[in-house]
Amino acid sequence: MKKPVTRRKLLLGLGLATPALILGGIGLAGKKGAGDALLGSGEWLSLQARQRVGRKALAREYRREDISAVFRPNGSTQPKTPQWVEDAGTGFETWQLQVGGKVKIPRAFSLAELRALPARTQITRHDCVEGWSCIGQWTGVPLATVLGTVGLQSDARYIVFHCADKFGAWMYYESIDLIDAFHPQTILAYEMNGAALPVRHGAPCRLRVERQLGYKHAKFVMQIEAASSLSQFGDGKGGFWEDLSDYAWYAGI
Amino acid sequence: MSRTEASLRPQKGTLVKRHKLSTRLWHWASAAIIVVMLMSGLMIFNAHPRLYWGIDGANTDPAWLEIGASIGATGEKGYFRLGQTELTTTGVLGLSAGPRDSIAKRAFPQWATLPGEEDLAKARRWHLSFAWLLATGTLLFGIWSIANGHVRRDLLPHKSELRPGHICGQIKQHASFHLPQGLEARSYNTLQKLVYLGVSGLLIPALILSGLTMSPWINAVVPWLVDVFGGRQSARSIHFIAAFLIVLFVIVHLVMVVVAGPVNEIRSMITGWFRLPEERRK
Repeated sequence: MKKPVTRRKLLLGLGLATPALILGGIGLAGKKGAGDALLGSGEWLSLQARQRVGRKALAREYRREDISAVFRPNGSTQPKTPQWVEDAGTGFETWQLQVGGKVKIPRAFSLAELRALPARTQITRHDCVEGWSCIGQWTGVPLATVLGTVGLQSDARYIVFHCADKFGAWMYYESIDLIDAFHPQTILAYEMNGAALPVRHGAPCRLRVERQLGYKHAKFVMQIEAASSLSQFGDGKGGFWEDLSDYAWYAGI
Repeated sequence: MSRTEASLRPQKGTLVKRHKLSTRLWHWASAAIIVVMLMSGLMIFNAHPRLYWGIDGANTDPAWLEIGASIGATGEKGYFRLGQTELTTTGVLGLSAGPRDSIAKRAFPQWATLPGEEDLAKARRWHLSFAWLLATGTLLFGIWSIANGHVRRDLLPHKSELRPGHICGQIKQHASFHLPQGLEARSYNTLQKLVYLGVSGLLIPALILSGLTMSPWINAVVPWLVDVFGGRQSARSIHFIAAFLIVLFVIVHLVMVVVAGPVNEIRSMITGWFRLPEERRK
């Protein structure tokens, strides 16, 4: 008679252990540290998976007839910072893209100089973190080409994009790792749907990083900086929304 | 009589071993995971409470389902719109209680979402962390249940059970809450087999796979997967419909547990031991 009772107790214990563990985890989430670890685990696992699977996989490219009739502009649609306003006044003839940080030869590119580099055109789907999608055609210079021109220092790990638009008191910025930076579909786009990039979509030049969600696609890019760590920028989380609202830095999922 | 003998020669009113340890562990773990996934999923939906068919879709495109708030004849109202049909849902959907006695324009109300306050970033962290648990758990439980015979012995219906007459009879029985008694209650009936197999073998995998197609990285790695669901926005719609079906399943499941005898049913899913119900007098 003793044996089944023991086993029953064991099974009861095990049966209760799993939900208890999960509920315990949820309880811990209320506490800082443990909760951050639990809620950060998904992003960490996804990033680990991306390092191993499909590093070079290409995003789907669509046909011209798939292009959305209306492409919803999102975030800033009209920067007000003096330099950008001045550049816009000249039709972006005075605009310059500064490329520096952990690079071998820092330099600036004018829009004409970017246009003179070999271009890539791609029709891709833009997925916003909120859930909507639009399809557009983008033409620009692969970021890999620009980075190849300046050369990265050996300790460069991230590429940071400083933008001309401000949200409240904060300048928009974003960052990506070198896997995405050197991906062939990662381009600095200066044309959309066959015309100059409209202001509401980030004129004169925006980032397209096709295997991540919309907020990573920095608009109104003014400066590109190679860096060994993200801690020196903003609050150190690697981007405007990451700092402000704790959005995931890796937005491939 | 010892329990071992009872399980060999079961009689009404005696205890029989009904659920395997793996079934019980995954039942409770997945129950907790699904609650987290549903509530955080509703918060994510709140960020753009419109659903579309096809590859792309945004605010200017027609939505087949929409939850929102608008100005009605008597002030602001919350609405739920399905195709051309609109229901006023003020207080629950579209417009509901916000923090500190305020009224918030939000698709699903505070009590239904995780976290309660409007926080897409945190909801995504909950959803995309627990998604790993749901996906690995479903995969391991699936493989284990095929290997240990749970699927073949307990879940796959026998040919004779699939006759339309038999299924109709079972539906009538369930609808009148006449559940199997005595020895018959020891194994799943045909409806249970079909529903459990459908939920764990089709619905949950469809939720996981359609969820994966929300990821631009996964889209690049396995481009055909999003095509299976008819494009990214269709996949998002299917993900929502599948989640809705899970809610329906949970409601029916809980009602049946109560009807069948909650103490006995819940004990059997914790300890594995199930007391065969007495045969009802005719």
